Amino acid sequence: MNAKARAVTVLLTPFFALFTVVMVVPVGYAVWLSLFTEQQSGLGFGGTHTVFSGLGNYAAALGDHAFRDGFLVLLGYCALYLPLLLAGALTLALLLDSALARARRFFQLALFLPHAVPGIIAALIWVYLYTPKLSPVVAAMESGGLGFDFLSPSGALPSVVNIALWEWLGYNMVIFYAALQAVDRSVIEAATVDGAGAWRIATGVKIPLIRSSLVMVALFTVIGSLQLFTEPLILNQGAGSAVTSSWTPNMYAYTAAFARNDYGLAAASSVLLALAAALLSFAVTRLSGRLVRTGRPSRTGRSSLAGRSSRPGRRLPNASRPPLAHPKGRP
Amino acid sequence: MTLSPRTTVAGPAAPAPVRPSRAPSVRAADRRPRGRWLSPAAVNAALALAVLYTLFPLVWLVTAATKDAGGLLAGNALSFEGFDLAGNLSRLASEGDGVYFRWYANSLLYAGVGAALCALISVAAGYAFDKYRFPGKEKLFGLVLLGVLVPTTALALPLYLLASRTGVVNTYWSVLVPVLVNPLGVYLARVFSAGYVPDEALEAARIDGAGELRVFWSIGLRMVAPGLVTVFLFQFTAIWNNFFLPLVMLSDQRLFPVSLGLYAWSGNAHGEPSFYPLVVTGSLLAVLPLIIAFVTLQRHWKAGLAAGSVK
Repeated sequence: MNAKARAVTVLLTPFFALFTVVMVVPVGYAVWLSLFTEQQSGLGFGGTHTVFSGLGNYAAALGDHAFRDGFLVLLGYCALYLPLLLAGALTLALLLDSALARARRFFQLALFLPHAVPGIIAALIWVYLYTPKLSPVVAAMESGGLGFDFLSPSGALPSVVNIALWEWLGYNMVIFYAALQAVDRSVIEAATVDGAGAWRIATGVKIPLIRSSLVMVALFTVIGSLQLFTEPLILNQGAGSAVTSSWTPNMYAYTAAFARNDYGLAAASSVLLALAAALLSFAVTRLSGRLVRTGRPSRTGRSSLAGRSSRPGRRLPNASRPPLAHPKGRP
Repeated sequence: MTLSPRTTVAGPAAPAPVRPSRAPSVRAADRRPRGRWLSPAAVNAALALAVLYTLFPLVWLVTAATKDAGGLLAGNALSFEGFDLAGNLSRLASEGDGVYFRWYANSLLYAGVGAALCALISVAAGYAFDKYRFPGKEKLFGLVLLGVLVPTTALALPLYLLASRTGVVNTYWSVLVPVLVNPLGVYLARVFSAGYVPDEALEAARIDGAGELRVFWSIGLRMVAPGLVTVFLFQFTAIWNNFFLPLVMLSDQRLFPVSLGLYAWSGNAHGEPSFYPLVVTGSLLAVLPLIIAFVTLQRHWKAGLAAGSVK
């Protein structure tokens, strides 16, 4: 089938050529860069030259307080953001899926719309809404006796979480809602006949049946969180802001590269970040695969995450069904 | 994980028969009178409250865009008092020799050209993965799926250094080429191809003597058009919202997309409050095309999200 082989080559080449240039090569180059460091020669008059430093940059990054603190910030961010996002999106999806909701199309669109707002603009809008003189919200809160400084060191984390929540709540709700729509209605009818109330059906029937969607959303939310950059950067623009220039690991890498011109350190911290993402993905998919394989019913009666590969033992790494992942995080 | 060859995209696949025993049994002892709080009014009120949260900042953006700096700083931004939208627009057009609309045109160029090419490239690859058998197919597809999981911001720095080496840094190409690749688009295109393009149609064209590429171009691409629009829409949004890559690549203001330009202006606003209305009005104009696109193309983004979440 020579003609078919030619067609496959023609159809796949554009994608894989570009994929190589903008993904494979940069990943390799980042690893390569992370192994070298610039050294002052002599007394610092002779310029610099690049020397091989092995894992020196990794040690330097991991040994740097600022970098480690960035991961603590991410941990705090995820601890606050993930439950809020999942609970919020799931609750809204269940409400929309209940027989009682009206105007479903309008609600879906209205809740989804923040996703159409560029992340940078979402951050700008909210920072203005946090700024005392500009904001009707802060003014209203103060007149109600609620003083909260969104731009203070202790307020920074909730402020960033709120921006992210605003952007992603509706998006993930649509994903959950689509999954709920696919739940076999006869199962729900059976539970109703058994006398289950709406609450019992939601928690006992619907949520277990869309577990794989929950896992996917959680996974991509965490990977997206690792890349947290834009929102804190805007918070950082304000004079005397609580957010430092290395508040998140991604900001640390950016500062290392463009403020300190230390490309080795920047590459090492980027690689560490990517490794963290890979480990997380692996852990989540393994864990959920086990969950699904324990024979709990999945939506189609078979595991959908650790899917049924056509050839047993040839399972693809993961992300069998990625929801549209973090488009905003795409450089 | 391989996709089952017959995946429907619009609408869920026929669910596997579920034996009644699969349904969690609810014993009579668990019966409780249904809570009063689950009334239609309560459900819709809760949804409306969530909508208030998602739409309020956008409403503020609209009203704030009609204020001058003094009106904004007076904090009564939610009323239409001191209506000066025309003034803001004319200042927006004149600031920096009309650089804002240049940014806007750049964004349209990056997002329009980038998303069109990306959609075509993704659909071609997705179609090939769906319709042909070739050695190493699933391994290659696994590589594509791995690409979905790479944190893209981690690539920006090595991309920048590669671009500096090759001298394309601070050019249109440095921002346009990286966004032509979207592994997730290939994944979606494969799902859409399986759902929309029946093999029989391709066979018929082959019997009529059309070559393989001709079959793709005139049959496959036409049938998978709704999926093409979906990939285009999501990529257009991603590029329009793109901030990190241009931030790293571009130093020439005249090449900025609108996101980066607004960021530069908002940096000025802290010392020079007259920039506030410019940032707000500029943000409003920058959000409009996407809102219009999402309102008019609802079927497509729902299909895209459903294809990602439901198989």
